[in-house]
Amino acid sequence: MTRNLAPILLAMMLALISAASPGLSRAEPLRLTLDQGVVEPLPLAVPTFVAENSEGMQYAEELSRIVAEDLVGTGLFREIPRDAHISRVSNFGAPVQFADWKAINAQALVTGAVSADASGRVVVKFRVWDVFAGTEMGQGMQFAAQVDGRRRLAHKVADQVYSRLTGETPYFDSRVVFVSETGPKDAREKRLAIMDYDGANVQYLTDSASIVLAPRFSPDGSRVLYTSYETGFPRVHILSVGDVNSRILQANDGVMSFAPRFSPDGSMVVYSMTQGSNTDIWAMDVASGATRRLTAGPAIETAPSFSPDGSQIVYESDQSGSQQLYIMPASGGEGRRISFGDGRYGTPVWSPRGDMIAFTKQNAGRFHIGVMRTDGSEERLLTASFLDEGPSWAPNGRVLMFARETQGAQGASALYTVDISGRNLKRVRTPAGASDPSWGPLQ
Amino acid sequence: MTHFPKALMLVAALGLAACANPNRFDNGAGAGPGAGAGAGAFVPGSADDPSSAAYFSQRVGDRVLFAVDQSSLSPEARMTLDGQAQWLLTNSDYLAVIEGHADEQGTREYNLALGARRANAVMEYLVSKGVPASRLKFISYGKERPLEICSEESCYAKNRRAVTVISASSLTG
Repeated sequence: MTRNLAPILLAMMLALISAASPGLSRAEPLRLTLDQGVVEPLPLAVPTFVAENSEGMQYAEELSRIVAEDLVGTGLFREIPRDAHISRVSNFGAPVQFADWKAINAQALVTGAVSADASGRVVVKFRVWDVFAGTEMGQGMQFAAQVDGRRRLAHKVADQVYSRLTGETPYFDSRVVFVSETGPKDAREKRLAIMDYDGANVQYLTDSASIVLAPRFSPDGSRVLYTSYETGFPRVHILSVGDVNSRILQANDGVMSFAPRFSPDGSMVVYSMTQGSNTDIWAMDVASGATRRLTAGPAIETAPSFSPDGSQIVYESDQSGSQQLYIMPASGGEGRRISFGDGRYGTPVWSPRGDMIAFTKQNAGRFHIGVMRTDGSEERLLTASFLDEGPSWAPNGRVLMFARETQGAQGASALYTVDISGRNLKRVRTPAGASDPSWGPLQ
Repeated sequence: MTHFPKALMLVAALGLAACANPNRFDNGAGAGPGAGAGAGAFVPGSADDPSSAAYFSQRVGDRVLFAVDQSSLSPEARMTLDGQAQWLLTNSDYLAVIEGHADEQGTREYNLALGARRANAVMEYLVSKGVPASRLKFISYGKERPLEICSEESCYAKNRRAVTVISASSLTG
């Protein structure tokens, strides 16, 4: 059992003195507007960060590389290779040679510096430059962490750069809880695991003695709900990420409970409970343990997900004869069907912005990850494969992570991300097979 | 499939007659390991022991299969379950857990609920045939425990199943 997952980051943000370079002014500042559909990635230069002391040398290359990978990984930026750079940035405080960066058409420039001390504390400073305006974008900042948390430093820098260039809230300094999978399909071993959003720093939260399914982060990332067969029967468990202690959420009367998810304020859990042939959605107050049934009727109702304001729940039901998506008040009651396209719809997840629902669609022997507006309009399928399943939103609502299982006897599951525009489909590098991702909050 | 175990049960019951009348029962009586030794001559716990778990799973048939997305019992499934009910009524010291499964073509949560529907359909049928509900439980594994691993209907058909797993009550009580 892995312990001590508490972030060791001592996030220190302090503004540096901005060297106000007069530069050229232009009518519009450098800004990527995502809603208009970015097709051409913005050229970006991230020269190797300056090592400000000898201890910092070993991290300067690594941290600047992670910053560049985060940004390029969004599909919104194109990195200009370092061997094409004309200027060498060897002094963080020295004036930027804008002409050299213009000459290679770098629209944005990120400069940084790294130092470390004998106690293992690493400090990174950075600045973002609008090359063609010849101005600094925002103010320089610095972050500090112990050495084993240094990847988070780079993610924090990249988050700042992303926000300044897009105006969007970022998502790089975030973690994902998921199911790590090993072994063949008919003897698969599953463990709960947690990792950085980019697949680094995988830590295991359970062993593989029991089947574990579908972990879900609490809104603050401190707790994880999941389904475990530890008792022999599927039951919703709750785990504290800090000390990796878990308990059964509720010793309920049903045969099994599963598909849990937190309310936006973390005080409630919605989940499915099976009694006889019937599966309904229930809500539970985490503090008191009081439960309430939200759906009735003989159909399968499962996969509930709250709207960000907590007032409504989207879920799937086969009451019409096949899986479809419905929305009901958070207090329960009659659902209003929102999916009407061909095929079956499941695993709905409300976006953090509140305006969209992501889902799994099964149609004509293929699986898709898709999004639609909350009234069911503007359905857009983002992926297609033998088996895509279980989308989870990035904290800023711009990207979805999901699981893709390949076909056949050797089939295995892996995690992928895709932009909600349908572009930039990418596999997340995990050490083993992986499924059921739940993307946690920005840290 | 389902009438085959009954034929074997007949052979076992007529074991003595088989010895007395080798011309008629030669093949059947000679098939088992205890051939020629008369009724009850089997290795205890083997599939020839009518009160064994092996007999239940191999001769009675411990599983029934389902159509895509369905939990209704086919006539063939009902015949198997009639045999299961009869066996459970005869061997009243056994408990059973019915495990419901789905094929991989479905989302995880839905398949869990679908497997439960299938297992529950089996349980309700067994209860309707007189097996006390107190001896039965059900569970769903959804698509987590496929038996066959190809991604074709030939495998899917075998994975859409409900399996009745028996255990001696003295062990689980």
